[in-house]
Amino acid sequence: MSKQSPVPDELSKPFWDAANDERLVIQHCTACNRLIHPPRPACDQCASGANLEWKQMSGRGKIYNYGVVYDCPIRLLQDNQPFNVAVVMLDEDQGIQMYSHLTGTPVDKVPVGAAVEVVFEATPNGQKVPEWRVVG
Amino acid sequence: MTTQNAPDSMYRTREKLGVWEHRGKVAAVGVGHSPTARRWDGKPETTVGALAIDALRKAIDDAGVSPDQIDGLVMDATTTTGAPWPAGDPLPQDVINHFNPTDDPLDGIAKLSPEWIIKNMPELKNVKFTMYGPGCMSNAVVVAAQAVGDGLTSNCLVLKGWHNYSGRYYQGGENAQDTIPGTRAISGLWGTPASYGTALQFAEYCRKYGKTHDMMAPAMIQWKKNGLNFPEGFWYQHRPEEMTREDYVNARWVAKPANLYDNDIPIMVAGAYLFTTSELAKDMKQKAVYILNHASSRGRARSLTPTLDEIQEETARTGRKLLEGAGITADDISFENMYDGFALFHQFHLEGLGFRGIKFGEALDFYQTDISPEGPNPISPSGGNVGSGRSRFWMHTDCIQQLQGRAGARAVTGVKPEIGVSGGPMPMGGNFTVWSATPD
Repeated sequence: MSKQSPVPDELSKPFWDAANDERLVIQHCTACNRLIHPPRPACDQCASGANLEWKQMSGRGKIYNYGVVYDCPIRLLQDNQPFNVAVVMLDEDQGIQMYSHLTGTPVDKVPVGAAVEVVFEATPNGQKVPEWRVVG
Repeated sequence: MTTQNAPDSMYRTREKLGVWEHRGKVAAVGVGHSPTARRWDGKPETTVGALAIDALRKAIDDAGVSPDQIDGLVMDATTTTGAPWPAGDPLPQDVINHFNPTDDPLDGIAKLSPEWIIKNMPELKNVKFTMYGPGCMSNAVVVAAQAVGDGLTSNCLVLKGWHNYSGRYYQGGENAQDTIPGTRAISGLWGTPASYGTALQFAEYCRKYGKTHDMMAPAMIQWKKNGLNFPEGFWYQHRPEEMTREDYVNARWVAKPANLYDNDIPIMVAGAYLFTTSELAKDMKQKAVYILNHASSRGRARSLTPTLDEIQEETARTGRKLLEGAGITADDISFENMYDGFALFHQFHLEGLGFRGIKFGEALDFYQTDISPEGPNPISPSGGNVGSGRSRFWMHTDCIQQLQGRAGARAVTGVKPEIGVSGGPMPMGGNFTVWSATPD
């Protein structure tokens, strides 16, 4: 898949830097012991930005849901249509979602509930992005 | 001073607030709509600003008041969600010069401000109160209702305009670039169209309750039919084509399980209402439609997109807020006009409201029964965005017209139209209104 290249900004830089090291990290409020994704300037529970850190995840999850994109607004992806976009829930916290193209899984044959593991895919500017593949 | 967004204090976002303090004391009287078009043709007289002026003048005339009686204007500044003025395109100076511009040259062309409206409607000499209800007409309606109830304005215009240019929604700008900002990339890198989130929720709903996408067909056909009885709408005016079951189930996918018809068609249009106090409404030309309550949802997904559990929790909360503040039960609602753009979330609104006792997972079965305006259970007699194009206001117009007895061929006749409910847009995040033929 010909993804756009993410350009890290201040809020997301730790996430993308970790991806380049092939590690999956998620923002964490230590005061609430709560994972936050996508990252925010302040915890959505305690509203404080003072206790936000980044926590490494196992890189394992389950497929929660999916749709099939036939009419993509992003130019670079339009040649790949149709394609899966699955929602993965992390094993550490079933409330935290990540999207995935599930490369290798046939279109519209996504096994909801199946275990997945993170892989890292390089984009044209060299930035790696977390992706997922079905295991087992 | 420039117009500000409504403060949080004007919205009824929490449960257990009791009956709305202005229940039955605010009324909608006048209604006005511009003609519709698929896209802007580049002419001054068809800009969103010109359409807005047309709709406002019609609403004033419909109410039978003089323009100098108008003292308030509540509206949304945004006139698109997916068709911004193309970056780098030259400004249409001849169009700008056709009007009395504000400091923003795209005001009246790609956005709207009360300042632009007032500059270009000299007959509005006495507008002292202006406010934004940002997002859509549903927001402007609840802000205007609260403003009239609070005494901030007595005769208040409520406005929403939409523009649509050539090209396709969401296809330009950042989406046409090779790079994407890092925070945006976390959700935006995977190329999901606008209806993807709703498609996900619908897929989860179908898995949980054993339903299928084709069970939407009877409702879609009915809503399209209702739209063909809506003279102000796009399909009525330009392409009066009925939808068949085959049309619907064979339509191309956009984000499966959301197909082309589950997405609403962007159009040019403006709609306006005149709100006033129940006392002043007695002297106006049209029958008053009383507002019994308004309520707002400010639910927020935990992560990238709402889950079905989050949606259902929030729509149920919205339903409770609406009914409690109006001092009614779901059994008192004659018809419902909750939002439908995207069509696949209408059932979430419906089930949260508990219309006709429908519980979670039952709406698609209900769609297989008679949901026409002539039947016992009118669901979206407006036809919504499915029936008339992307305005996000047909539902409100229909509630007013039904209760005034002016809905024409769409008239709810299977039950006596006494109380209607409308609002949106999203199941998590929207503004909703209870309308009544009587103040109590």
